[in-house]
Amino acid sequence: MKQQHVPVSAPANREKQHRMTAAILSIILQGLGQLYNRQWIKGICLLLLEGAGLAYLLPRLSQAVWGIWTLGENTQRFVKVNGSTVLQRGDHSIFLLLEGIIVLLVFFVFIVVYILNIRDAYLTGLAREEGKKTLGAAASLRNMMDKNFPYLFLSIPALGVLFFTIMPILFTITLAFTNYSAPDHIPPAKLVDWVGFKTFSDLIQLKSWSHTFYGVLTWTVIWAVLATVTTYFGGVLVALLIEQRGIRFKKLWRTIFILPYAIPQIISLLLMRNLFNGQFGPINTYMRAFGLEGLPWLTDPFWAKVTVIVVNMWIGIPVSMVLILGVLTAIPRDLYEAAEVDGASAFQKFRIITMPFILFATTPVLIMQFAGNFNNFNVIFLLTNGNPLRGDYQYAGATDLLVTWLYKLTLDNNKYNMASAVGIIIFIIIASFSIWNFRRSKSFKEEDMIQ
Amino acid sequence: MKKRNNPLRLTLSYVLLIIIAVVSIYPVLWIFLSSLRPGAALFSERLWPEAFTLSHYGELFNNPSFMYGRWYLNTLKIAFFTMIFSTLMVTLGMYALSRFRFRGRQTILSTMLILGMFPSFMSMIAIYIILLQIKLLDTHAALILVYSSGAVLGGFIVKGFFDTIPRSLDEAARIDGASHLRVFTSIILPLSKPMLTYVALTSFTGAWMDFIFARLVLRTKENWTLAVGMWDLVNRYQDSNFTMFAAGAVLIAIPITLLFVFLQRFLVQGLTTGASKG
Repeated sequence: MKQQHVPVSAPANREKQHRMTAAILSIILQGLGQLYNRQWIKGICLLLLEGAGLAYLLPRLSQAVWGIWTLGENTQRFVKVNGSTVLQRGDHSIFLLLEGIIVLLVFFVFIVVYILNIRDAYLTGLAREEGKKTLGAAASLRNMMDKNFPYLFLSIPALGVLFFTIMPILFTITLAFTNYSAPDHIPPAKLVDWVGFKTFSDLIQLKSWSHTFYGVLTWTVIWAVLATVTTYFGGVLVALLIEQRGIRFKKLWRTIFILPYAIPQIISLLLMRNLFNGQFGPINTYMRAFGLEGLPWLTDPFWAKVTVIVVNMWIGIPVSMVLILGVLTAIPRDLYEAAEVDGASAFQKFRIITMPFILFATTPVLIMQFAGNFNNFNVIFLLTNGNPLRGDYQYAGATDLLVTWLYKLTLDNNKYNMASAVGIIIFIIIASFSIWNFRRSKSFKEEDMIQ
Repeated sequence: MKKRNNPLRLTLSYVLLIIIAVVSIYPVLWIFLSSLRPGAALFSERLWPEAFTLSHYGELFNNPSFMYGRWYLNTLKIAFFTMIFSTLMVTLGMYALSRFRFRGRQTILSTMLILGMFPSFMSMIAIYIILLQIKLLDTHAALILVYSSGAVLGGFIVKGFFDTIPRSLDEAARIDGASHLRVFTSIILPLSKPMLTYVALTSFTGAWMDFIFARLVLRTKENWTLAVGMWDLVNRYQDSNFTMFAAGAVLIAIPITLLFVFLQRFLVQGLTTGASKG
C-alpha cells in the first residue's frame, strides 16, 4: 500500500529540477505547482480551495486571535444617542471564544491542506524528473478511490467528530481557565477573563469547594466499584444458574431475566422512584403489612445510597447475564470432559475452567462498565436527582456523582468554570485508568493476531 | 456419583430462579396493572386492581396539556433517522479501521478511545452555543446530527466484529478484481448481519431514551421527546397523575421490549463478539 516514491538521489547533471520548481511554486500559491506539473484540474481545484479558505479566514483570523486573547473589552452599556438612551451591545466573551476556536480549527485544516499541496507538487515533480507519466484527473481520482479508500470512508465521520466532539471539548477545557461563572462573570452583561489555574486551586484548596469535591469523589469511586462488581457477579450467577445441566425451560428463564434490560431506562428508573417512595410506595406498604417500619429509601443519605445500588443491580444484571451467556457457549466442551476424567467436582470445574475463561473474555467490557458507572448519569439523576441534599456541600446531595454534580453546577447554578474543572478531573481519572487497563488487556496487544 | 447431590442442587437453583424471576417481573407487572387501575393515585392497597379501565390510555392522547401522541411521533422520527445515520457511519468507519493498515490508524484508534471517555456534558455548553449559532436549537435535526456523529466513538465493538471476519475472503475478491466498495457491500455486509442489528438496535434505543441532551436542546413542548415529557410528568404531577404515567410508560416500553426479546439472539452474538475480540 506504500505509495511514496522512493527518493532516489537524483543525478547532479539533471536538466530540470522539476521537484524544486513545483514545490516552490506551490509554496507561493497553492495549486501553482500542480499547474506547472500540468495537472490542470487538480491545480485549479487547489487554487479555488485556497481562494475560499482565504476569503473565509482573512477577515476573521485577527478578530479570532484578539477574541481569544482578550475575551472582549467592552461590556454592554447604555449610551445617549440623540437624547435617548440606547443599549449598546458589548463583546460577548463566550461567543468570541467559541468563534475564535472554530476559526482556528478551520485555519488548522487550511494549513494541513497547504502542506499536503506542497508535498504533492514535490512528489509529482520528482516523478517527472524520473521520467514517469504524471496522473491525470481521472487517474488521480481512481488512485484515490483505491489507495486512499480508508481516508475516504473515514472523512465524513471524522468531520462530525471534529465539530460535535473535539471542538466542544476544546472549548469546554478552555472554560476551566476562565472565571465564567454566576453571579459576577456572565455575559453579555459582564465580561469573562482568563484566570489560569485559579479554578483548580480553588477546587482543591478552598474549604467549601474541596469538602464537596472530596466527598463526592469518594462516593463516586465507591459507587463505581460496587455497581460494577454487583452487576457483574450477579450476571455470572444468573447465567450459570440458567446454563446448569438439568435446568429446564432455559429459553423461558432467559426471556424473563432479559426484561429489565429491555425496558427503557427512563421508564424503569422513574418507575423505581415510585416503587421506593417512602410514603406511598408499594415496597414500604408491603413492609408495613409484615409489621416492619418501612425504610426512608430515598430520603435518608445512607438508604438512598443502598437504593441506587440495588436498583442499578436490577437494571445492570441482565446486561452482564446476556454477555456471560454468550461467553459460556464459547468454552470448549473438551476442557470439562478432561476435568471430569480427572474427577473434578462441579465447584472445581467452575473455579479452574469457567471463571478464568469468563474473566479473560470479559475484562475489556468490565473496564468499560467501570468507566460507564463512574459517569452513570441516568441512574442517579432519574432516581434520586442526587438527593437527599447535604447542607455542607456546594450544590450537591448525598448521592450525587461527580458527573451529576457537574450537571447541577452547569445547568442550575451557572458555575461553568468549576464544572469544566471537575469535568477535566473526571476525564483524567477515567482516561488514565482505562488506558492503563486497555493496554494490559490481551485483546489490544493481539489485535492483529485474530485474522 | 455426582448424580446424588443433583436433586438438592436443582431444587435450590429453581427456587433461586423463581425468586429472580419474580423480582424481574414484579415492577413490570405493577406498572402495567397500575395503568389499568381507576383513579390517579400512586398509592394502592393491593397489586391486583378491583376494577379495570382503559381510560388512562385515552387520556394520554386527549389531555391537551400532555401531547403524548405528538411526543411519540417526535421520538420515533428522531430514533429512526439516528439509527440509519449512525449505523451507516459506524459500519463505514469501522470497516476502514478494521481492514486497512494506513498511516494514522493507530492515532485514530487511540483518539477515539480517549474522546469516548470525556463526560458528555463537557461538550454540552459548547454544542448548545453552536446549535444556537447555526440556528438548529429546538429542532429534531440537531438531535439526529449530534447523536449520529457521536455514535462513531462507540464503534469498537463493530471493529472487533469486522476483525474476526477472515481477511482471506476479501483478499480473494480483490484478486478477482472487486473494488473495495464492492467487497464491502457484497462480502462484509451480508456476513455482519448480527452486528448490524446490534448497532441499529442500540442506536435506536439510545436516541429513543436519551434524556439529558434532548432536554437541553428541545425548548418547546411540541418538540419534546417522550423521555423529556415523561420526566416532566413525574416531576410535576407525580402523585396526582400516577396512573397516567403508568399508561404512558407501558406504551413506551412495550415496543422496545418486544424488539429486544425478539432480537435477543442477535444481541447475544453482538455483545459477545464485541467482548471477546475487543
